Amino acid sequence: MTILAPTTPARLFLGLHGRPATSLDDHLALHGPAPLRADLLDQLEAAGLTGRGGAAFPTATKARFVAKGRGRRRVVAVNAMEGEPAAIKDQTLLATSPHLVLDGAQAMAAAIRADRVVICVARDHAAAQAHVVAAVAERAAHDPIAVEVVVPPGRYVAGEESALAHFLDGGEATPTFRKDRPSLLRVGSRPVLVDNAETLAHVALIDRHGPAWFRAVGSDEAPGTALFSVWPWGPPVCLEAPTSATARTLLAEAGMSKSVAGVLLGGYGGTWVGPEALDAPLSPGGLAPFGAQRGAGIVYAVPSDACGIAETAAIAGFMSQESAGQCGPCAFGLPAVAEDLDRLVRGIDHRALEHLERRLASVDGRGACRHPDGVARMIRSALNVFGHDARRHAAGEPCAHARRRPLAPTPNLFHEGWR
Amino acid sequence: MRAAVQLTVRLRVDPIACDGFGHCAELAPELVGLDEWGYPVLLACDDEHGPGVVPDRLVAVARSAVAQCPRRALLMERERTN
Repeated sequence: MTILAPTTPARLFLGLHGRPATSLDDHLALHGPAPLRADLLDQLEAAGLTGRGGAAFPTATKARFVAKGRGRRRVVAVNAMEGEPAAIKDQTLLATSPHLVLDGAQAMAAAIRADRVVICVARDHAAAQAHVVAAVAERAAHDPIAVEVVVPPGRYVAGEESALAHFLDGGEATPTFRKDRPSLLRVGSRPVLVDNAETLAHVALIDRHGPAWFRAVGSDEAPGTALFSVWPWGPPVCLEAPTSATARTLLAEAGMSKSVAGVLLGGYGGTWVGPEALDAPLSPGGLAPFGAQRGAGIVYAVPSDACGIAETAAIAGFMSQESAGQCGPCAFGLPAVAEDLDRLVRGIDHRALEHLERRLASVDGRGACRHPDGVARMIRSALNVFGHDARRHAAGEPCAHARRRPLAPTPNLFHEGWR
Repeated sequence: MRAAVQLTVRLRVDPIACDGFGHCAELAPELVGLDEWGYPVLLACDDEHGPGVVPDRLVAVARSAVAQCPRRALLMERERTN
C-alpha cells in the first residue's frame, strides 16, 4: 500500500509524510482536540457530507433518522469492513489516521445520544485490526464512550449495513430483508447508526473546522476530499483528492502510463466507463451522463492491450461466490451469469450475449440487498464499454489478451464463513 | 374539489424467505410469473398497472396467494397515493 503526495492540501492524510501510523500525541498535535460540538448534525448538513461507503447518502439525514428512531440507547457502528477486494482506502486510513475515525465516531455518538460505539474490521484485515486495537487502547482513558472492536467475517456482503447490524445482533453477517426503506436498523432493541470509517474521519474534521472549511475544496455538488483506491494496471495506490477529481488526474498521479480502454468506477458493483469519461468530475452530476457513481472510490483502469471482458468475467465469478445464498435469484442467477461470461470470454458460445441479457434482467433488483443489482449494473456497463470486444468473443474470435490472467483481485473468502 | 386519496395494493416478495415453491404463480398467474430457477417475478397485469400492483378485481386472488405461501414470503401492502 502506497500513499503518494496528494494534489490537494491533505486533510485525512495531513502531516503523514510516509509515517506508518499516527500516535494519539501526534494526532492531537496535528488536529487538536475534538470539540464534540452540540450542533454537529447541522454542521454536517451545511458541509454537504455524504457517505463514503458507496451509497453517498447525506450523512446528516441518516444520523437524524436514527436519532429520532424509537428506543433510547442508540449504537454507533463504524463500518471499516471494506469488503471490496479492490478497495484499500479504509485500511489505509486505519493504518495512518485511526484517531480521526475514532474521533468521528465519538462526535457522532454524542450528536445522536448513543451510549455504545463499535468499530467493525473484517477478520481477514489483520493489519487494520492491529492499528485499531492499538489506537483504541491508547485513547481508552480519554474517550467518553469505550470503543468495542468487532471482527466479523471478511465476506463481500458482510459490510452491507443490514448484514453488519445482523452480526452485531448475534446473527450471521448476512443481509436481512427490510420491508421499508429507509428502515431503522437495530441491535436488539437499540437503533444503530452504521457509518463508513472514512465518513466518520470527515465528521471529525468538520467537528473541528466547520462546513465552510470543508467546502473550500471540491465542488458545490461534491464538496471536500475523498479517498480513492486507484489501480493504474498495477498495484493499487490510495489517494486523497477533491471529491470532484477526475479519473484522468487520479490515474496519472497513480502512475498509469498506458492508454485506457475502460475504467471500473465505484467498485465491483459499480460501472465501467470508456475513455470519454476520463475528464468527468467523479461527482454525481459529472458521472450522471455515464450512468456511474463514485461509490466506494475505486478507480480500476484496464488498458487497451488487456481484455475488459475477461476482467469483468473474473469479477463476476468472484461476486457470484460472494452471494450469501439467501435469495434464489442471486444464489442461482449470479453463477449462471458468471458462467455465461466465462463462455463469452472463451469464445465458445455464440448465444452467450443473448443469455446474458435475459439473465441480467432476472437478477436485477431481486435480492434482499443490492448485491445482484450491482453485479447486473457492472456487467451491463462492461458489455456497453467493451461492446466491440464482446461481439467478437461471441462470434468465436476471442481476443488474444483474454488468455492472460485477469488483474482484478478475486480472493477466495469461503473459509471466512458467516459468523 | 376534494383530493382523491387512493389506496394502491401492491404485492412484494421477501426474497430471503422465498424458497421457490411457486404456489403464488399457480394461484395468481396474472400477477406472478416464475424465472428460470422457479422464483417469483411480479408481473404487470395490464398496461395501466405497474409490476406487482394489484387491481381491485384481483385483490381476492392476491390475498389467497399470500395466504397460501408456505414460506409466508409473499406480502401484500397498501400504499396511499393521491
